[in-house]
Amino acid sequence: MNNFEYLRAESLGQAAAAAADPATKIIAGGTNLLDLMKYNVERPSRVVDITRLPLKDIAETEAGGLRIGALVPNSDLAYDERIKARYPLLSSAILAGASPQLRNSASTGGNLLQRTRCYYFYDTATPCNKREPGTGCPAVHGQNRIHAILGTSQHCIATHPSDMCVALAALAATVHVTGPNGSRDIAFGDFHRLPGDAPEIDTTLRPGEIVTAVELPPEGFAANHTYLKLRDRLSYAFALVSVAAALRQEGGRVVEARLALGGVAHKPWRDEAAEAMLAGKPASPESFAAAADHLLRDAKGHEHNAFKIELARRAIVRALGQAAAGTPQSQTDKRIR
Amino acid sequence: MPTDPDGPPRSAGKLALTITINGEVRHLSVAPTTVLLDLLREHLGLTGTKKGCDHGQCGACTVLIDGRRVNSCLVLAVMKDGAEVTTIEGLATNGRLHPMQQAFVEHDAFQCGYCTPGQICSAVGLLGEGRARTPDEIRELMSGNICRCGAYVNIVAAIEQVMGAEDSRSAAA
Ligand SMILES: Cc1cc2nc3c(=O)[nH]c(=O)nc-3n(C[C@H](O)[C@H](O)[C@H](O)COP(=O)(O)OP(=O)(O)OC[C@H]3O[C@@H](n4cnc5c(N)ncnc54)[C@H](O)[C@@H]3O)c2cc1C
Ligand code: SF4
Ligand code: FES
Ligand code: FES
Repeated sequence: MNNFEYLRAESLGQAAAAAADPATKIIAGGTNLLDLMKYNVERPSRVVDITRLPLKDIAETEAGGLRIGALVPNSDLAYDERIKARYPLLSSAILAGASPQLRNSASTGGNLLQRTRCYYFYDTATPCNKREPGTGCPAVHGQNRIHAILGTSQHCIATHPSDMCVALAALAATVHVTGPNGSRDIAFGDFHRLPGDAPEIDTTLRPGEIVTAVELPPEGFAANHTYLKLRDRLSYAFALVSVAAALRQEGGRVVEARLALGGVAHKPWRDEAAEAMLAGKPASPESFAAAADHLLRDAKGHEHNAFKIELARRAIVRALGQAAAGTPQSQTDKRIR
Repeated sequence: MPTDPDGPPRSAGKLALTITINGEVRHLSVAPTTVLLDLLREHLGLTGTKKGCDHGQCGACTVLIDGRRVNSCLVLAVMKDGAEVTTIEGLATNGRLHPMQQAFVEHDAFQCGYCTPGQICSAVGLLGEGRARTPDEIRELMSGNICRCGAYVNIVAAIEQVMGAEDSRSAAA
């Protein structure tokens, strides 16, 4: 780890002003930043500790949703009674990720801003456009089993590793941010970006902007939802493919569907066209398969990850079936039914 | 102005840190880069807490901070000013093993023992959380602690025993 100056932020304004310097990094739980600093992937000259800022509440909104402070730990969020009752999809997705210890440290804001687990990004002995822009992407022709099948570019095929964010995408959350030039709201779908020709940029946050909260709209799809995560071991492993599915149904027909995937793209992959295809259709394997095919219409495999396309197709159909039946995937009993 | 990350730190080296470790208040001065795990092991000689992976992937470094289990390898010490840390060395009271330590001994819940301090601290954290009831739930909520020797069956048995004892005590109360 390189040397750095430590600053304990006393106010949001102070933190945002400090964070505008590109050599400065915000730290919250530290579970991703310190990991990367120990590998010299991140080498900030100053680290700003925001953990004393008052961003730790989960509060009701006037619209009837919930506003989650950026410093709410992942575990507190997952086990919050209001979240469990009204947004069980979010609770489930969080509990599918990391470990109890990590979830105790990890914050809501940090989870959004966590970086890819691409092996080359982590290995400073190799080139990587995300770590060192312009050096190339060895994953395209290298070890790419865990990499993306949707929305890739020739410059980067990395995935966003979060589970929580897949649920937040499906739930159409809003991210509240504050920066040196004031506050603004970002729709969840616009928060993370695709790699294009600038894979070093993960999100649409501007310099100095800090996530202050994530807001959930009133509709939580509590009756019909699931988070189905497929991975190399049953716990404490990142997703190869994950699916957040949520439905509103009437008389065996889908009224509204939400569908987002993890482990397949540079951002949580929500497809509103595939969702729209389900509206008005019977909640049947046939409609689910058609939506899956549509979502994966542009999927492109690389040497080691082409299996993800069929895996995703089947996971979508299974997840929509679980959601429709009101039998969400258990994150304890890992059998997939 | 950004400085060269390899250059000297801009703040005058060490920072004051007041932290309670196993009930004892410590006034320390630490470099910003000092990680809690290294503070415990290298600076304070509390080598019970183990370094396995140093990257959050194994759980060997698990300690309790303000009663919550965390991976001490991914914590900057200076951020925990004012906190209370409990390590494996702090679990026994008046020379008597903590019930979880005792249960690990009784169930032979280790072989090499390297993961054990982390397993026990994690299990104590699990108990405090009160969210595990069934063996399946214990397994899932202990999945942040890897045991290379594969002592998992006996670890779950040890935890079940302590939970059972707690349940019958609260039922009697
Ligand atoms: C072994 C291991 C396994 C894991 N498995 C999973 C998994 O299966 N699923 C999963 O989803 N996650 C997993 N994680 C990742 C974990 O969820 C993240 O590390 C965690 O959510 C990051 O939160 P943090 O508060 O610790 O972030 P930090 O490490 O403090 O920060 C991460 C980044 O976010 C920035 N940041 C933090 N807060 C803010 C803010 N409020 N505004 C702006 N920027 C901010 C920081 O500058 C930094 O760049 C795993 C991690 C480890 C180490
Ligand atoms: S996939 Fe992205 S993160 Fe991985 S090596 Fe290529 S550019 Fe780097
Ligand atoms: S040493 Fe901390 S998790 Fe492995
Ligand atoms: S007892 Fe050897 S690693 Fe667990």
